[in-house]
Amino acid sequence: MTLSSLVSLRVAITVFPGSNCDRDMMVAVERLTNRRPALVWHKEANLEPVDLVIVPGGFSFGDYLRCGALAARSPIMSAVMDHAARGGAVLGVCNGFQVLTETGMLPGVLIRNSGLRFSCRMVRLETAETMPSPFTAGLTAGQSLDIPVAHNEGNYFADEDTLYRLQDNGQIAFRYVAGSAEGPANPNGAARDIAGILSNNGRVMGMMPHPERAISPLHGSSDGATLLSKSLEALMS
Amino acid sequence: MTQKEPLMTFDDAAAMGLSRDEWDLILKRLDRTPNQCELGIFSAMWSEHCSYKSSKKWLKTLPVDGPQVIEGPGENAGAVDIGDGLAAIFKIESHNHPSFIEPYQGAATGVGGILRDVFTMGARPVALLNALRFGEASHEKTRHLLSGVVAGIGGYGNCIGIPTVGGEVNFDKSYNGNILVNAMAVGLANSDRIFRSAATGPGNPVIYVGAKTGRDGIHGATMASAEFSDETESKRPTVQVGDPFTGKLLMEACLELMASDSVLSIQDMGAAGLTSSSVEMASKGGLGMEIDLDLVPARENGMTAYELMLSESQERMLMVLKPDATDAARAIFDKWDLDFMPIGQVTETGRLVLLKDGGTACDIPLAPLVDDAPEYDRPQNPIPQRPRLTSGDVGSDRPVTHVLKSMLGHVDLASRRWVYEQYDSDVMADTIAGPGGDAAVVRVHGSQRGLAITTDCTPRYVEADPETGGAQAVAEAYRNICAIGARPLAITNNLNFGNPEKPDIMAQLAQSVVGMGKAAKHLDTPVISGNVSLYNETDGIAIRPCPVIGMVGVIDDVTMAVGSQFIAADQEIFILGQDDSQNDGWLGASLYAAHHGITAVHAPPPIDLVAEEQAGKLLIELIAAGIITAAHDISDGGLAVTIAEMTLHSSFGAHITPPAAGHLHGWAFGEEQARYVVTTGDGVALCEAAQNAGVAISKIGIVTAKTELQFGDNDTISIEALKNLSEGCLPALMAG
Repeated sequence: MTLSSLVSLRVAITVFPGSNCDRDMMVAVERLTNRRPALVWHKEANLEPVDLVIVPGGFSFGDYLRCGALAARSPIMSAVMDHAARGGAVLGVCNGFQVLTETGMLPGVLIRNSGLRFSCRMVRLETAETMPSPFTAGLTAGQSLDIPVAHNEGNYFADEDTLYRLQDNGQIAFRYVAGSAEGPANPNGAARDIAGILSNNGRVMGMMPHPERAISPLHGSSDGATLLSKSLEALMS
Repeated sequence: MTQKEPLMTFDDAAAMGLSRDEWDLILKRLDRTPNQCELGIFSAMWSEHCSYKSSKKWLKTLPVDGPQVIEGPGENAGAVDIGDGLAAIFKIESHNHPSFIEPYQGAATGVGGILRDVFTMGARPVALLNALRFGEASHEKTRHLLSGVVAGIGGYGNCIGIPTVGGEVNFDKSYNGNILVNAMAVGLANSDRIFRSAATGPGNPVIYVGAKTGRDGIHGATMASAEFSDETESKRPTVQVGDPFTGKLLMEACLELMASDSVLSIQDMGAAGLTSSSVEMASKGGLGMEIDLDLVPARENGMTAYELMLSESQERMLMVLKPDATDAARAIFDKWDLDFMPIGQVTETGRLVLLKDGGTACDIPLAPLVDDAPEYDRPQNPIPQRPRLTSGDVGSDRPVTHVLKSMLGHVDLASRRWVYEQYDSDVMADTIAGPGGDAAVVRVHGSQRGLAITTDCTPRYVEADPETGGAQAVAEAYRNICAIGARPLAITNNLNFGNPEKPDIMAQLAQSVVGMGKAAKHLDTPVISGNVSLYNETDGIAIRPCPVIGMVGVIDDVTMAVGSQFIAADQEIFILGQDDSQNDGWLGASLYAAHHGITAVHAPPPIDLVAEEQAGKLLIELIAAGIITAAHDISDGGLAVTIAEMTLHSSFGAHITPPAAGHLHGWAFGEEQARYVVTTGDGVALCEAAQNAGVAISKIGIVTAKTELQFGDNDTISIEALKNLSEGCLPALMAG
């Protein structure tokens, strides 16, 4: 489902020691845009102008100290924060979501799964009614997406005031709902079944599920491609 | 030589696991008394783990050649041609003893070690599998060991970012005091860019890279070569500690370096650490090596030569570089924040020389370490003749579905979801079929081609009849690969046995290797790598013998692979490999017999290699032709269990017609080999193809839209009920 109109879209993917979904995300984006995203090493202090920065999944710095804590303090993340401060779009997936909360670009924190075990499985997401955001603009509220998760610390936690604010502002992007896979709908005990949230300007999104792992029927779902391509289209317009 | 190391006695040698004969041989070869460092090196290299002294005679009988083989046994891992200029590089290895002592770290470092074996060859790892055996579910240690081992496997594999796509988990009381943790890794490389370990070029620099050396895992290879006892707890400090983050950095740095033209030879520091890597590299190259131990990056101060040479600290490599490549190589390791230290050079002397504190800590000839390593032809007791269990000795009056409920809800057959959801099976985004099916399927990145991978062994059969059981492990792996539509290519084996100095155990080892060899030869799946784990005993009680087979196959177009779940109502269900006249079955050594209080050891089902090959080849053709819509090999639990498993995660049921006469339970639960259950929308084409190929075929039922499993007219159960039993078992055990 390559969208040739997206070939001029500039995407950068950050790479930390321990990132392990950087290639998968690069492959997914290249497949959708026909253009290979730039991989940017963590020691880079500058970011070329881009339309979207993706902070990929993995175990940056081995998850030592706290998931995402060390990556959040790397030179490249200062540049990403500058990019976001200028209104630039940022997507954090899994460990990337953890990094974004550690930088303060997104509220709340991802704590240990309530089952105290790593969880790798397909989950179903429901798109929420959100504030204007490139990441949900092409989806309809209530639209469901089957996308796998794979994490040990995906249990979204924030204080009650923050959770209400996220709700009232339309910053909750995706919630876990019952799907066809075995097991509970919410794989990690996340507050309000939150799978993904937006920043208060809608330009930064963090999500635990891995859209780059659901881009072909061979993956058991192409809904990740839908999510990514709709986001990329919205960023083009 | 400058003598700073303490001189050793026979008592010291015995404490390191050496026999009187072996001690005498060392004195003769050196023509003097060895010091502590030298004796440690001999003891490690001559340990069962490194020298294969009890198994070598039998391992030599295995088939290792074939047009598909690029690299057979002897390197860090074996390599097989999968077409398009690519090689699949794979190996399986045990980490049994460490995992029993310290389950998380033992299992994690098992995964880390096997990954290093694969990327040392220049391959990017693409898949991990694990063959695990635990004690009985009710044993006090089982839950602790299972949760620790699974968390450790996940902890390493998930972090380093290689998907864990399959394997097996079984429970038996013979593993109460000695679990089995066998990890297999598969990687991909260009066939013309495979790296080997033989040192070349006297004067070339020997480089140490990766993590620093500490006092962990000292003499781990020797520990793996002795029985367990109540004192095993005190060996906790000999368990290595894994760091998957450093493992990831080391993997990326090595692959980046190997993409340039700098590396002449490279070897993982696995069992016996710096000792085995330096000795093997130098001896394979027919050369010598000189290492300055003061240059080895150490985690702790004051480590002795002995400790530095015998440490099994993880995430370390030794390599020989082209002399002019050192600076460029160092830049890569600097980028990844890893130690990079030239510690010595290749020499022409044929000796291993180690310098320490301004003196010589070791100066020994390499030849005896490798060439004179003992090889034993240990005595074997004859294998007892096992009686045949006749179905008439077993009741057949309970409805099939009642038996199915108890079997599918039992820990032997229940869903392994609790285990495999703790493994990241999707990272790298090329997993087409993950855990839970016959074989895992991993796409070759950027192509339509796929690798099919499985591990298998049925210890019940091996215990009853080692030769048949050894052959059966190969045959079952073969069937699992064929069942998804892939061509079997080659195998790696992990031979887990008790103490080979006991003639009963030695017979199990030797005869199962004989059976394995016959099957591997006939089915054209040569053994290209492997590992032997002996002395799996605690307080004198041996495990059930468990020669695990890891097999890799290739499918040209992954979109043609079939799964084991029914996909459409009204399709016909056939047994491939059995004809209509069959109305009984082989219950000897079956899971059914074990679940029905039959404790005597009976003969296992015989293996017919011709039938295996014919059925397997036909199935591959039929799948490629699009005639088969689902396939599942018949193994533990027989036909009824196989059919039930094909419904559990489909949206369909099945109506099965058992034979009018005969022994119903024998027919439903017998474990005859060389059989598959398949479904098709074109029964005529299937039967015609089977007839032409001379493969027996029998229609036994039809896929239904009703989500029920029905045997005959009056025996029905809902799929939901079976699924709840299967899915509920392990979570209940682990929560309990």
